[in-house]
This record gives sequence, structure tokens and C-alpha cells, in this order.
Amino acid sequence: MNGIHDLGGMHGMGPAVREENEPVFHHEWERRAFAMTLAAGSLGKWNLDMSRYAREQMPPAEYLSTSYYEHWLYGLGRLLVEHGLVTREEIEARLAGKTGGQVRAQRAPEGIRVLRAADVDELLRRGGSARVAEDIRPRFKPGDRVVAREIHPVGHTRLPRYVRGRHGAIDRDHGVFVFPDAHAMGQGRKPQHCYSVRFAARELWGSDASPRDAVYVDLWDDYLDPA
Amino acid sequence: MAMTDPHHDHDETQRREHGAPLSDTELRVKALESLLVDKGLVDRVALDRLIDTYETKIGPRNGARVVARAWADLEYKKRLLENATAAIAELGFTGRQGEDMVVLENTPKVHNLVVCTLCSCYPWPVLGLPPVWYKSAPYRSRAVIDPRGVLRELGLDLPDDVEIRVWDSTAEVRYLVLPERPEGTEAMSEEELAALVTRDTMIGVARVEAPRR
Repeated sequence: MNGIHDLGGMHGMGPAVREENEPVFHHEWERRAFAMTLAAGSLGKWNLDMSRYAREQMPPAEYLSTSYYEHWLYGLGRLLVEHGLVTREEIEARLAGKTGGQVRAQRAPEGIRVLRAADVDELLRRGGSARVAEDIRPRFKPGDRVVAREIHPVGHTRLPRYVRGRHGAIDRDHGVFVFPDAHAMGQGRKPQHCYSVRFAARELWGSDASPRDAVYVDLWDDYLDPA
Repeated sequence: MAMTDPHHDHDETQRREHGAPLSDTELRVKALESLLVDKGLVDRVALDRLIDTYETKIGPRNGARVVARAWADLEYKKRLLENATAAIAELGFTGRQGEDMVVLENTPKVHNLVVCTLCSCYPWPVLGLPPVWYKSAPYRSRAVIDPRGVLRELGLDLPDDVEIRVWDSTAEVRYLVLPERPEGTEAMSEEELAALVTRDTMIGVARVEAPRR
């Protein structure tokens, strides 16, 4: 979707400002929102691409006026409701100070494996690679000239607006990966090659840009045509 | 692991002392947590463990060790540039948000800079969780269109003859910058070298400073 999250190339957002000796979290609620997102994600009801897509659907004005973990919180609430783990009414009842009719200390629904403290280290150490061990032929090889497709999917995509229709060259082939546009929409993995594509700064931003500089963007086969 | 009581946190204590109410966001997080715990979907002790891991165990000191090893051991550096995921795993750093790594070497003529314009992808196993500026609109919007301006704002002024390569982390590959080793460090141990390497030098928004004599 052509959403507000696709920020590359915009002006007017103000200067980048570093906070010296920045803590990992600034508020207790950030800690809890972060950890709840990881723990709920480990239930296996949705994938990372669905998580990103959920955050991208935050209303644009709200997205720009809230912080990173507020985006996460929005996405988490949305996913929990969409996947039937909680209802909006239950959340609102809690906010109103009621238990919403819930019996305390319920057991998780059948077939759901809840993340326990003893499993946290292994979960993080293992991670979950989006690489797919399938022998799929690459459409391009390093050095090939390509053009990013001028497409505007209404669902999730990782093709930023600022490269659409622009020419570049394959820098390297990362291998076969899950295709997020399909994966986020519950349409399977659609595995294909993902490449780092080099775009000259002047190709993207015109003659005022540096003649030397370049932007490298990771793009899948389905985002590219031969140039 | 230290067990923390989620009902007794610093922010809340401060506010109670000043008589200020909880914000909407704080209330929403508390409501959601109590609901998920009561439904048996999350375990509070697991949440504490996740938080503790990223506050005390996983952070930029990990990445600094990778960089120092690469500076001290040219064979390691070769492996790191060829297969970063495997070379970083040699030091024990693997997993979530670092499953597939690529290391980018800075040279006197090429400077690499990492961003994620679409969200805030960042190599967690080696750098921990990203700082606010990395996740914020100013950096995400302008790192690709005006990298030199953004670097100047962050205190790094690069000459025109240095090529800047901006890496937009749009997929599941995570990037770590291998900064240049400063002069005057030839006699330093790997541990001393690691102490020079900051988070920002591994994102590409700073250079490693030579040690003060």
C-alpha cells in the first residue's frame, strides 16, 4: 500500500537528532509493549510480514504523531482481534476497569503453545530465517541492468515508492526468500530470489544529487524487469 | 534473571509522587497485558525475560566484538565479508533479526550507511534494539535522499570524493558496517579495540575515533 510508513525521500520531517546515552527503553509501557509483541508473535497465529502490514494500517496522521512502540501496540491490538484471540469489547472493558466477564487465569486455547521464560533464550537464538531452501532459478545475476516495476499494490509490499520505475543494477543475489507481498496477505510464501539492487543517487533524485553516491535496495524477482 | 514486578516501575512511581495520571498509552498497555495474561496467552515471567535480554545481554557490545575480531584477524575479516552470518555466529551471535547478515566494509573512499525506510529493520543480535533516531521519520525519510545532510546533522562531514552507499533494509537481510580501523591502534588488543567501537560506527553515522594519547 502507498502508506505513510513508506517514508524514503520525503522532506519536512525535521533534523535527525541523537540522544546521548540513550536507554534501551524510555518507559515501562515500551518494555511491556515490546515483550508482548514478541510473545504474542510466538503463538504462531501470524508472521512477521503480517505484523508489518498491521502497523502500516495505522491512520497516517496518527502514525506520524506517535512513537515506534505505539505503532507496535497498534499492530498488536489489530492482529489479536483479527485472529480472534481477543475482541475489541474485551479490550475496551479492561480499559474501563472491568474484567470483561473473563474468568481470571484461563488456559490458552487448544493447540496454542504459550511462550515460557525457559523458552525465551532458544526462541531468540534460533530466530526465524525467511530464507527458503528451494532450488529456484534466479531471473537475474550480479551486474544485470534492471528496472523496478511501476506497481502500486494495495496490500503489503516492500517495494518503496522512491525506486518504482527507476533503473539500477543487481549488486548481489541474496538467495531465495519468502515473498512478503504474498506472505503478509496469507497467500503463502511464493519463494523467489531477493537481490541487492544498486540505484545511482542521480537516477533516484536527479542532477542535484551526488554523482558518486548510490542507494542499495533489497528487491525480489517480482519487483523487477530487465532493463 | 532478575524478576521484576510489572506493577512497580520507575515511571509509575514518579508519576504517583507527582500526582499525574497514567497516559492513554500506558493504560492501553496495562489493559492489554492483563487481558492476555488472564486469557493464558502470555506469561508475565516470559515478558520479563524478553525485556531483560535486550536491556542487559544483547547490545552493541556484541557488534563491537565482531568488528574488533575483524580488525585483529584478517582471516576472520575475510570470512566475515564472504559469509557474515556464519562468521558472526562463530562469536555466538545468532537469531532473531540477524538470521541473514551482510557486513559492509568502509574504506577511505567508500562509506556505508544503513537505514530501513519502510519500518526500522536493524541487526538485533549484534546491535540490540535500535535507537529512537533510527526509527524516526527524519532519519528514515532523508537518509536515502540526503545522506550527506543527515550525516552532518549527526556530526559526520564526509568529503565529496568519498562515495556514500546507503543500504535500505527492505528485506530480511540485516546489515552491519565494518568501520575503518583508526591509526595508532596497531598495538591494541582485541578487547581494547572493541572498546573503541560504538553503535553509531556500525550503522555508519560515525567514524571510529583514534584513541587519545
